[in-house]
Amino acid sequence: MAKLTREDVLKLARLARLELSDAEIEEFSQELSDILQYVEQLQKIDTGDLKPTNQVTGLTNVTRRDEVRDYGYDPADLLKNVPEVKDNQIKVKRMLG
Amino acid sequence: MDPGTQGQWPPIKDIAAKVQSGELKAADLVEQALEAIADNKEYDAIIATTGGRARERAKDIDARAAKGQEIGRLAGVPFIAKDNFLVYGAETTAASNILKGFNAPYQATAVNKLEAEGAICVAKANLDAFAHGSSTENSDFFTTKNPYDMARVPGGSSGGSAAAVALQMAPFATGTDTGSSIRLPAAFCGVVGFKPTYGLVSRSGVVAMASSLDVIGPLARNVEDAALVLDVIAGRDNLDSTTIEKDPRPYTDLSFDLKGVKIGILKEYMDDSIAPGIKTQLQQAIDKLRAAGANITEVSIPSMPLSLAVYYILCPAEVSSNLSRYDGQRYGYTYPEAKDLEESYSQSRGRGFGKEAKRRIMIGTYVLSSGYYDAYYKRAQTVRTKLMQEFETAFSKVDFMVGAVSPTGPFKIGEKASDPLAMYLADLFMAGANLAGIPSISIPAGINDNLPVGLQLMAPQRADRDLLALAKQAEELLA
Repeated sequence: MAKLTREDVLKLARLARLELSDAEIEEFSQELSDILQYVEQLQKIDTGDLKPTNQVTGLTNVTRRDEVRDYGYDPADLLKNVPEVKDNQIKVKRMLG
Repeated sequence: MDPGTQGQWPPIKDIAAKVQSGELKAADLVEQALEAIADNKEYDAIIATTGGRARERAKDIDARAAKGQEIGRLAGVPFIAKDNFLVYGAETTAASNILKGFNAPYQATAVNKLEAEGAICVAKANLDAFAHGSSTENSDFFTTKNPYDMARVPGGSSGGSAAAVALQMAPFATGTDTGSSIRLPAAFCGVVGFKPTYGLVSRSGVVAMASSLDVIGPLARNVEDAALVLDVIAGRDNLDSTTIEKDPRPYTDLSFDLKGVKIGILKEYMDDSIAPGIKTQLQQAIDKLRAAGANITEVSIPSMPLSLAVYYILCPAEVSSNLSRYDGQRYGYTYPEAKDLEESYSQSRGRGFGKEAKRRIMIGTYVLSSGYYDAYYKRAQTVRTKLMQEFETAFSKVDFMVGAVSPTGPFKIGEKASDPLAMYLADLFMAGANLAGIPSISIPAGINDNLPVGLQLMAPQRADRDLLALAKQAEELLA
C-alpha cells in the first residue's frame, strides 16, 4: 500500500460527503497512510477457511411483527432539533443545481 | 487530588435504603452532588449539569418515600451520565460540535431503567467526541484533567465519568466501551470500570460508535456498587435487537469461593512493554490471589498482537457508517450558506465534525470502499474469528484471565495528541475483549509513581456475575 495521494484523499472525502481544508487534506494523506500501513499486518495472516464474524453472541435474524408501535415520542419533540421545518415537515436545500 | 479530603458517598444500597426510610433526603443528595461538581470545576469532568430536572425528581422521590411508597433499589442515588446517553429534555452532545444544542427527544433505555429504580441524573460527563479516543483530548469542548495529577489525562473516552466518580461528584457514572473506553479511564482514575458481555445492556438512546463492539457499563467506586447498577440496566430490550437475556441469578449475588478457581495470566497482557513499577504492582496483586487459594497459570492468545489492527479496521468502518446520519438536515449543526443539498451535507459535516471523527470517517470509507472491502474489512472480520477461537481455547483451560489494563500509567496532556497511531496504541490491552464480546473489568491495584494502577480481569461471554464476584474478592485482597 503506497502513500495516499492528495487525489486519493479527495476521492474519499467526496464519498463521505466531507468538506476538508487544504491543511486537513495534507495532514490526512500522511496520517491515513501510517494507520493503513499499521493495519496491513493482517494481510500476512493465514486464516485458512475461517469465516468472518459479524455478530459475537450468535444471534441471527432478530425480527419482530411488522406492525406500528407507539413509543410515546412526541412529534413536536422530534421536530424541535430540525434546522428548518415547514408544515410539520423537514425542509432541505434544493437537490438539482 | 488529595485522597481522603473529598466527601465520601456511602455504598449505593445504603443510600437507597436511607432515602426509602426518610433518614436521607434525595433533595439533599442532589445538592451534595451539585456542590461536589461545582467544587471540582477545574477538572473539566462535566459538560453540563441537569440540576433543574434533578431537583424536581428528588422532590417527587422524597414525597413518595414519605408516603411509604416503594421507590426502588437506587432510591435518590445521584449519578452522572456520559454525554453520549440521551437524557430526555437535556442537551446531549457526545462532546461534539455537530450535536451542540441537540435536545434529547427521547431517553436511553439504560437511563429509563436507572430512573425507574429511583436514580437521579445530575450531570452529563465529558468524553472524547463521539467516544473516539483514549484521553478526552478529542472532546470538541475541553480536556478533562486526571484527579491525581492535573497535567495528565484521565483516560478515555469515558474520562469525564471516571474523573467524576474519583472526585466523588456522584456514587456512580455511566460509560460506554468500544475498545477500552470504560476500563482505561477507570484504571487511570483509580475507580472500578465494568465492560459487560456484548449485548447485555441495551444501547437504545446512546450515540452509536461501532455497533459490533459498543457496550454500556458502570463506573463506580467499588465492585458491589458496579454490580448493583449492572443488575438494574442489564437485559433484553425491544429497542435494541442485539440485546441478550440477563442471568436469572442477580448480578448482585457475589458469593464466591476463590479456592481452586483457575486464573490464567494472559501472557500478551503481561509482557515486557509494561512499565516495571506497574508490572510489580500487578504481580503482587496476582500473588495475593494465589495465596488466597486461586490456581494461577499462564495462558496465551497468540494472535492478540493483531487485535488492535483488527480493531482499527472494524471500528472506523462502523464509525463511518454510524456517523453518516449526521447530515445537517434533521438535527445537529447545519451550514446556513449551502446552495444545494450536496453542499449542505459536505459543509455541515466538514464544519461540524472534529478532527478525529473526520479521520475515522476517512479510514472507514477507505476500508469499506469498492475494491478494498475484502482486503480490509472482511479480512479483519476473519482475523476476529481467529481471535475468538483462541479466546475459547484459553477459556477451556482457565475460568478467568488476568493482565494489565495499560502498559503505562496516565500520560501527560498533549503527549500523544499529535500522533494518532500512538494514541490508538493506548488501547492495546483492551480491544481484545470487545472483539470477542467478553466481559472485562478494571479494578484499582495500588499506586505507582503517585498514579493509580488498574488490574484487568476477564471472563467468557455471559459470565458477568462470576467476573464481578472474582473482582470483589480481588478488591478485598488488594484493599
